[in-house]
Amino acid sequence: MSQESSEHLEALREVARAIFSDHATAEAVDAAAAGPGWSPELWARLDEAGLTRLSLPESRGGGGGELADAAEVLRIAGEFAAPVPLAETALVGGWLFAAAGWPLPDGPITAASGALDLEPDGEAWRVAGRLARVPWAGVAEQVAVLVPGADGDRVVCLGADAVKVTAGRNLAGEPRDDLTVEATVPADRVAAAEGSWAAELALRAALGRTLLIAGAAERALAATTRFVGEREQFGRAIARFQAVQQQLAELAGEVAAITGAAEAATQVVAEDGVTSSAGRFAVAAAKTQASAAAAALARIAHQLHGAIGFTWEHTLRHTTTRLWAWRDEDGNEHAWGRELAARALEQDADSLWALLTATS
Amino acid sequence: MSPAVDSAPLRLVPPPVRLRHEDLRAEVRAFLAEERAAGAFTPRCDAWLSGWDEDFARKLGARGWLGMTIPPEYGGQGRSALERYVVTEELLAAGAPVAAPWIADRQTAPGLLRYGTEAQRQRILPGIARGEWYVGLGLSEPDAGSDLASVRTRARPVDGGWRLTGTKVWTSGAHRANGLVVLVRTGESEEDRHRGLTQFIVELPNDGVEIRPIPILTGEHHFNEMVFDEAFVPEDMVLGEVGNGWEQVTAELAFERSGPERFLSTFALLVALVRRLQELGDGVGPVGHARLGGLLARVWTLRQLSIAVASALAAGEAPAVAAALVKDVGTRFEAEVAEAARLLVEVEPDVESSAELPRLLAEAVLHAPGFTLRGGTNEVLRGIVARGLGVR
Repeated sequence: MSQESSEHLEALREVARAIFSDHATAEAVDAAAAGPGWSPELWARLDEAGLTRLSLPESRGGGGGELADAAEVLRIAGEFAAPVPLAETALVGGWLFAAAGWPLPDGPITAASGALDLEPDGEAWRVAGRLARVPWAGVAEQVAVLVPGADGDRVVCLGADAVKVTAGRNLAGEPRDDLTVEATVPADRVAAAEGSWAAELALRAALGRTLLIAGAAERALAATTRFVGEREQFGRAIARFQAVQQQLAELAGEVAAITGAAEAATQVVAEDGVTSSAGRFAVAAAKTQASAAAAALARIAHQLHGAIGFTWEHTLRHTTTRLWAWRDEDGNEHAWGRELAARALEQDADSLWALLTATS
Repeated sequence: MSPAVDSAPLRLVPPPVRLRHEDLRAEVRAFLAEERAAGAFTPRCDAWLSGWDEDFARKLGARGWLGMTIPPEYGGQGRSALERYVVTEELLAAGAPVAAPWIADRQTAPGLLRYGTEAQRQRILPGIARGEWYVGLGLSEPDAGSDLASVRTRARPVDGGWRLTGTKVWTSGAHRANGLVVLVRTGESEEDRHRGLTQFIVELPNDGVEIRPIPILTGEHHFNEMVFDEAFVPEDMVLGEVGNGWEQVTAELAFERSGPERFLSTFALLVALVRRLQELGDGVGPVGHARLGGLLARVWTLRQLSIAVASALAAGEAPAVAAALVKDVGTRFEAEVAEAARLLVEVEPDVESSAELPRLLAEAVLHAPGFTLRGGTNEVLRGIVARGLGVR
């Protein structure tokens, strides 16, 4: 990485950290979960600073910048358990809006993939169906839905008036809403989708979730390291016990694996594209690694925090409930692991090493 | 209660690097394919320990793939550490018999370039680059394993040099080596055990050195006990400074710890597993595929981490925590490949089998205890990580 680009990312990190520190406090995270599901205040601050639409083209109302920029902010969002639909707006929904040729709406957006009935109705379309557990759907102003079709996939843009929201939450209290659609949508809100968009949507969602998990993993390690250095038993900090040190090191190993995979996948995707041969493998590998490691992260963090970490009062739950939720969202380790296996099994076994070197 | 963890988290691993050098990689692959086709080697697990093949070593040397980072004036190629990395990972992934030149190339050559005299470099480096000079490391002793600083083999000064007395164990390849690099106590230091240690180069054969096999649980002979009984070493075979041995050895360990041999020891088995799963086709099922995918994600990730560490080392950094993490996670992965293989395809390990999968599985299972013991036990490495995290 050039000096210039690492300085740029460092500056971006500082801006992002300052906003999250001030507005994604433990209190704000709890208030969001207990109330509307998100923090409009945090969103407004991020928006002001141009951090909600990074990597999306400015010509469409995006924030410009590179994928690496969006990735940095997402990782920090994961670290702070930030209750805002950042991945959905920048990496996933925003991308789909731009791909469909629509200007980006103000405010948060989200995306989904699902079978909806689309019937032409004069100049418009009648849209009907149900979509389950759409992230932040009740919070989003618009939802872009990729609808598969025998005659080609389509993207449908649904506003708040076109959907009925049945609120749902994941383990961390983040909105995962069911949508019931029965509406007529103007023709300019339905666009033909290219064949590769379904895969790209899934890959972008997986990459976004991986980056969030990476940030949460770093928070788990930092919080646990701090705790064991402060908590005293038997006349000394519990960090002095080898049993604790060994487990902390195991935790660090999993954090290194997740963050290393997330960074490498981001680099490959940024350079080669999400749906490139290398990009697809890299994202699958990173999400498999992130989902698979989440269990050990949460287990060790809780074990080393002792009873206090298991309470409502302590904020470790902000991190661990997200790890438990996010590992199963956008494809768990088995779903993405099967993708990797398929890649390996479709070519000569002796080319396995070549596959690994070509996809990184 | 909200811990104020708002400062940026510790960066555990250096940033990722995408290796290029595709021409070099292609050359090595072509060579390996030819050698396999000619029956010159069969892929094995743990080949960098057990695959001793001096002809193969000379072929590597002839192609300029040993001593790559040694300057040309000493017979090397003057190439970069990352170019060397590309070559070594190709050789390891192929399960090629690289044991003979491995340690000399990996750490003795860099050690000589850093601490050796001009005469020592002229004498030894060309042989390393040609794949003809093999080394054994005299480090561990019966009473000094993880606690390496407690070594008791002594060297006393005599006319023209030193005489070494003591016992070293776990020296791989000593019975075939041209020389040893030995860590020995030369000074007395009550306060600091790390002072008073010196490295010596002991050329073989040496009248005062008796080498005896230490077979592993399979009966294979890779490791040795070396008994030094007043073994004479001339003054000009002190490596570096008298009393500076600990610092010199610690520097070598950085090279030893983080390389691709720390996660590729069972890659040949993973390839054989993939081949067998292809044969089974639909008989494998989604859970089996998912398990394979988990292994692939892990090895892909480990490679990214290892390259990141290698790049940082090449840039003169010292990522001790990252190197320890890669070794801990990587060596556990090596054993996991064997566990997955035996469950996914219901094969019994068999060292004598002419079929690849039973044989490779046996090699992996039987050698697995060594993966997490050599090069620093994983427990010691976790202590290094804990220190890096500030809790120790």
